[in-house]
Amino acid sequence: MPTTEPTAEPAGEAVSEPAVKPTIIGQLANPTRFLGLTEALLPWLISLAAACLAVGLYLAFFVAPADYQQGDSVRIMFIHVPAAWLAMFCYSLMALAALGTLVWRHPLADVAAKAAAPIGATFTLLALLTGSIWGKPMWGTWWVWDARLTSVLVLFIMYLGLIALWRSFDDPGRAGRVAAILTLVGFINIPIIKFSVEWWNTLHQPASVMRLDGPTIHPTMLWPLLVMAAGFTLAFVALHLGAMRAEIFRRRVRTAQILIAQRRAPARAPVAAPVVTGSR
Amino acid sequence: MSGFTSVVVQTAQLSLRAGGGALVGLIFFLAVVTVIPFGVGPDLNLLARIGPAILWIGALLASLLGLDRLFGGDRDDGALDLLIVSGQPLTLIVLARAIGHWLATGLPIVIAAPLLGLLLNLEPLALAAMTLTLLAGSPALTLIGTVGAALTAGLARGGVMIAVLVLPFTVPVMIFGVSAVNGAIADPDPFIAPLLILCAFTLGAGVLGPVAGAAALRLALD
Repeated sequence: MPTTEPTAEPAGEAVSEPAVKPTIIGQLANPTRFLGLTEALLPWLISLAAACLAVGLYLAFFVAPADYQQGDSVRIMFIHVPAAWLAMFCYSLMALAALGTLVWRHPLADVAAKAAAPIGATFTLLALLTGSIWGKPMWGTWWVWDARLTSVLVLFIMYLGLIALWRSFDDPGRAGRVAAILTLVGFINIPIIKFSVEWWNTLHQPASVMRLDGPTIHPTMLWPLLVMAAGFTLAFVALHLGAMRAEIFRRRVRTAQILIAQRRAPARAPVAAPVVTGSR
Repeated sequence: MSGFTSVVVQTAQLSLRAGGGALVGLIFFLAVVTVIPFGVGPDLNLLARIGPAILWIGALLASLLGLDRLFGGDRDDGALDLLIVSGQPLTLIVLARAIGHWLATGLPIVIAAPLLGLLLNLEPLALAAMTLTLLAGSPALTLIGTVGAALTAGLARGGVMIAVLVLPFTVPVMIFGVSAVNGAIADPDPFIAPLLILCAFTLGAGVLGPVAGAAALRLALD
C-alpha cells in the first residue's frame, strides 16, 4: 500500500504546531490535543450512554404501556424514532463539518465528516429496518412507498454515495474537500427532495396509508422515548469520537508509511523534490 | 463573453464528433425505451399509462451517460488546468460546459422523445406535454450531473461513481416531470404547477450547479 504518491506531503494534518487562535474549537485543531481530550472523555461518554440506554430500554419494555391499538409492537418505536432522528442529525453534523472544511479550514473537520458518514448510514439503515419490521404487522407489508419512507431511503443512498466518494480518492485531504462539497449540495437538496416526494405521494395515493402522527403521544410513552433519544445521541457522540480517533491514527500510519517508502527509495527523490508543498 | 460562447460551441462540437459520445447517448435512450416493453409486456394501454415514466427514466439514464467526458478529457490533456489559470471565472466556464453538453446530448433526446412516445402509444397531447417537460427539465438533469462530473474530475475512473452520486438528486426532477405529463393527460391533476416547478429546478440548478461544480473542480485538481 505505501507505494506511489511521491508528492504526498508529510505534514498531512498532524505534525506542525500552528499558531492557533486561542478559541476552544481552535485549540481542538491540534489533533494531539484532541486525542488527549477524547481519551479522557470517552470512558465517561460510553458509560453514560450505556446507562441511558439501559434505563431507556427498561422503561420502554416494562414501564411504558402497550398501545391500545397496536399492542406491544408499538415498543419498536423506542428504537425506530431515535434512529430516524439521529439519521438526520448526523447529516446536519456532516454539513456543519463540511462548512468547517471549506470555510474555516479546520483540520479536524473532514475527519469528523468522514467518521460520521458510516455511523449516519448505519442509523439510517436501522431506522429503515425497524420501520419495516414495524410496518409488517401494522400495515401488512414490509414496505410502503410512503413519502417519509422514501425520503429516508434517498438519504440512505446519499450516505452510501458519500462513503463511496471518500473511498475513491487516495489523498484523504482532497477526498475530504470534494466530499464536503457533495455534503453541502446534498444538504441544500434534502428539503427539496422531501417536498417533492410528499407531492409525488399525495398525487398517487391520497391518504391511503395509515398516518402515524395520530393522537398526541402520552407522557408514559414520551418519557421512555426521550430517554432513549438521549441514550442514542450519547452513543452516537461516543461512536463518532471513537471513529474520529481511529481516522486520525489511520492517517498518521499512512503518513508514516509514505515517509518510510520515500526513505527507502532515494532514486525517486528527484521526482519528489520539485513539488513545492504549497497546499495554498 | 465571447470566451463563454466559444466554450459552449467547443464542448458541443467535441461531444458531437467521432468518439464524443453524444450520439451514443441518443442510441442508449432508444435502447432503454425499447427494452422496457419487453419487460412489462406489449399491452398498449399499460404502455400509454406508464409511457411518460418510461421516457423520463430513459432520458435520465441517457443524460448520465456522457457525463464523465465532460471534464475527463480535459483533465487528461491538461486543458482543464489551462481553463483554471485562464483568468476567466471558472463558474461561467462550468456553466458554458454544461450548456454545450446539453445542446449536444440533452436537446437530441428532447427532439427524439415524441417519436419514441409514438411507440409507446402516447396520445398527441401527451406527446406535446412530454416534449415540453423534457425541454424544461432536462437542463436540470445535465446541470446536476455537471456537479457529479466535477466532483469526480480528479478520478481516473469516475463513470459509475457519477451515476451513484447524481441519481438521488434527480429524484425531484423526475417526480415533477412525470407528474406534469400525467397532469396533462388526466384532467383533475394540475399541469402548469409541476411544469413551473420543473422550470424552477432548472433555474436553481443553473445557479447551484456551476458554483458547486467550479468549487469541486478547483479542489479536485489542486
